[in-house]
Amino acid sequence: MQPYNIKISCSTSRLLEVRQFISSVLEAHNYPEIETHKLVLAVDEVCANLIIHSNDCNPKREIELTVKFNDQKSIIFEIVDKGVSFDMNQYKEPALSELVSSKRKGGLGLMLVKRIMDKIEFKSEKNTNICRLIKLID
Amino acid sequence: MVDIKHIVEEKIQIIEVSGDVDASSSIHLDNAMSKAVEQKTNIIADLSGLSYISSAGLGVFMSYLQEMENNNQQLILCGLNEKVLEVFQILGLDQLLIIKDNKEEARLQLDATV
Repeated sequence: MQPYNIKISCSTSRLLEVRQFISSVLEAHNYPEIETHKLVLAVDEVCANLIIHSNDCNPKREIELTVKFNDQKSIIFEIVDKGVSFDMNQYKEPALSELVSSKRKGGLGLMLVKRIMDKIEFKSEKNTNICRLIKLID
Repeated sequence: MVDIKHIVEEKIQIIEVSGDVDASSSIHLDNAMSKAVEQKTNIIADLSGLSYISSAGLGVFMSYLQEMENNNQQLILCGLNEKVLEVFQILGLDQLLIIKDNKEEARLQLDATV
């Protein structure tokens, strides 16, 4: 099966397009609606992070998103960028109480991704970062 | 796109949020919350028109909790649809924030605690 693919410039105004893209791909595969929403959210969070933190909202840069269905066993969301590399697996989650007392606005996005996805893979080579979010299909 | 209305009543303020709150639009929610927290009266965030929220929006609510506690101000969220509520639940934020079904219940909660 051909993978689905989209490229967007690094601007948060493009996140709506990312969400619509993931929704339409999953809908075409009859993925349950409430589960679709969670996967859309997780991909949105990773893309927002890459746009803001790895690529400094520079619209001249791009991120590329590919969705692959792996023999009805899993869905793989692959996100490729050329910004500052960031391995989510190395990220230490703050406690909620710590977020509240520090009045921080960030820190919740990657917590959501980790709870929604079954596996997160990251690799960085030759200025290219590849983040793979894997959701197993029941 | 997000649309936010800030309604100031005698004892409470209502922030009506509709549309999508994501990393690009959360600044508007942040501005509204900042103004409302300055007023120091209780706040009802009516999210019945909200169709999507990401962590950027959750972070806005979370970032004012400490200041509101210091001000002895309450924040009540209401009208969350199933998907929006689930985003709060995934992280257990529904245990940290007061969430009611609708505005009437939110008002009752405030009356009961005043």
